[in-house]
Amino acid sequence: MRVAYWPGCVSRGFTPELHGSMAKVAPLLDIELVQLDRASCCGAGVIAEHNQELADTLNARTFALAQEVQGAELMMNICSTCQGAQSECQERLDASASYREHINQTLAPEGLCYERGLTNKNFLWLLVEEIGLDALRAKVRRPLTDLRVGPFYGCYIVRPRSRLGIDAEHPRDHYLEQVIQALGGSVIEYAGMRKCCGFPIITMNKEASLKQAGRHLGDAVEAQADCLVTPCPLCHLNLDLQQPLAEGIVGRELKMPVLHLPQLVGLALGLEPKELGLSRHVVRPTTVIDWSASVVGAVA
Amino acid sequence: MAETHKPPEAFTLRMRRYDPESGEAPYWDEHTVQLEPHRSVLEGILQAKARFDGSIGIRCSCRAAICGSCGVRINGEPGLACHTHLDHARESASDGVIEIEPMGNMPVIKDLIVDMDAVHWKKVQRVTPWLINKLPVPEREYVVPKESMVDITQSMACIQCGACVSDCLAMEVDPGFVGPAALAKAYRFVGDPRDARQRERLVDLAQDPQGIYDCTHCFKCVQACPKDVNPMGQIMRLRRIATADQHIVDHNNGKRHEAAFTSLIHDNGLLWEAELLPRSYGGNSWFGKFAPSTVKELLSSLPAIVRGLARGKVSPLGALKPHRIPRADLKRVQSIYDSVEGRGERYELNLYVSGIDEDDAPADGDGTSATADGASASHAPVEDTHDLAPEGEAPSDSAPPPVDPGPPSASGPESETTAVGPGADADAEPDADAQEDGQ
Repeated sequence: MRVAYWPGCVSRGFTPELHGSMAKVAPLLDIELVQLDRASCCGAGVIAEHNQELADTLNARTFALAQEVQGAELMMNICSTCQGAQSECQERLDASASYREHINQTLAPEGLCYERGLTNKNFLWLLVEEIGLDALRAKVRRPLTDLRVGPFYGCYIVRPRSRLGIDAEHPRDHYLEQVIQALGGSVIEYAGMRKCCGFPIITMNKEASLKQAGRHLGDAVEAQADCLVTPCPLCHLNLDLQQPLAEGIVGRELKMPVLHLPQLVGLALGLEPKELGLSRHVVRPTTVIDWSASVVGAVA
Repeated sequence: MAETHKPPEAFTLRMRRYDPESGEAPYWDEHTVQLEPHRSVLEGILQAKARFDGSIGIRCSCRAAICGSCGVRINGEPGLACHTHLDHARESASDGVIEIEPMGNMPVIKDLIVDMDAVHWKKVQRVTPWLINKLPVPEREYVVPKESMVDITQSMACIQCGACVSDCLAMEVDPGFVGPAALAKAYRFVGDPRDARQRERLVDLAQDPQGIYDCTHCFKCVQACPKDVNPMGQIMRLRRIATADQHIVDHNNGKRHEAAFTSLIHDNGLLWEAELLPRSYGGNSWFGKFAPSTVKELLSSLPAIVRGLARGKVSPLGALKPHRIPRADLKRVQSIYDSVEGRGERYELNLYVSGIDEDDAPADGDGTSATADGASASHAPVEDTHDLAPEGEAPSDSAPPPVDPGPPSASGPESETTAVGPGADADAEPDADAQEDGQ
């Protein structure tokens, strides 16, 4: 399937391995990525905090660019925060014709227009709802047997439920567990799996921020997870890049590898750890690599 | 509710029991009650108390979701026991047994009763939750623009049940955080044009390290609130007024972070993380990184930076040079900034107030936003405001010109000002009287 692909900012900044691994995994899942190079940052809630209409207009521009991609079935993102921030803007845009018209007037000089009803799905949702768990299972070449994976969703992709389309038919707040199982891994449930990583307040209250990350990582250690998997690169920054600092704040060793969702999928589909950028993490995914070593060979 | 009468069924409740004075550890207690499925979880608890164990501790009063007394956690989610149907609670239970616990973030007094005074009410008191009159006090009532009072109705809908406090993730790690309920209450007065201390209130909450900038955007309170108050949304509005209108530069990097983020997107179209951090600490310019506070902060982050560089996560070039959208697109983005910010007034659409256009709801397809089931549940009060619309007039027809933030359906199309308070009547004249609403 052809999708208008929004990689977000952080996947091209501090977590380049996310964008890279998505590019490797897409062809294996028959996803054609048409990258929205011209679109701007979703605002991550911060631009909306500054000026809501500005955030809505910038995202409407992104949506309009996505709607111009010939043959694309939908727009896909790889970031929980993009999903949440964009869904919030889209909720307003889709709710009111007069508001939409007003926003579109600002886009008009560029010849762009957002039409109500864009489908914008995170890669996680697309995996389950468009590709399907059975099809995914059929593509697994290296099942994640005996790998104990803890899901970490990120707030923006699970709350509020109504805005994110989570209901009995679409249990999107349980999709990570379903994907881990489809890839052959074992799901490790722990207290913090749908809680906040603390990233949004890292510059405002570092201690409270890293206490959150440290506590959830600690819970995952207690639950004996080998690694975590997350669809959110911002969570990844607090859980992986900042993990050594978080260790200091919670006063314990954590050493918990955190994988991006496309990396976990890529491993199961037969890609090598190194080409998925697993060697680029601050916390070396030795638990994952030891496991891979017995099957495919370690990261150099 | 058009529930047809169904015969009583058996519902098993698993309740968390704890008496701190007993010296015994908390334990789970199960009772099976017989009630019609549309009855509330509260009725189930009360039946268990009446029939099996009179010592079960539960606080309740109105049984109609308005007094806010019976906040509990049902199957892990906060809510009002009187506002949750037994059959719905059973559906969301993992093993068919309805699990009921006391709310979180507050000490348990007994069983399902938590100490609201020790946490919730103390925090509400913290924000000076009363109106401080502008002087001189008018001879009769204050006259205020209608839209400014409509604007604060969402925060006034709070029934002080504590569900948002129970689930606040910032408070979980930082118990001193002022928290969602109290900050929503603060907005109720900051947004009130009759209040004399808007700036002082904002300075206070912006400078407090556990004030408006301690919220982590986790949406827990948005999800928890049984009245759709959207406490996190109110916190963001406090931040917006503190920064954009009052230009309050706080010690917590709140304003600097927002300004740095917003201007980096203006300059590059995309975020440049390596530049965001120093600017958030030191000030929103390229020189921000040389401010003493930034140097200190960067030094403490040095281990993470070095590791990131060593792993090839961040290249030195990537840190020095922003990624940018193409020049022509950047110009478009900048002209969007100019046209939106160049307007004197901010325009904020609040769906709680405006509702959803009838033509536009429910959404079709499987879009992620405003999907049919969720939207109606999430915006329950919207239906009420539609009921107030002039008969035979579709809300979309009465929608205001976009720059007017007034609600399309709750207000008469031409009324500009409103009387505030119990004495106000629907046909208030433009200079109608207003009085405090007793909040």
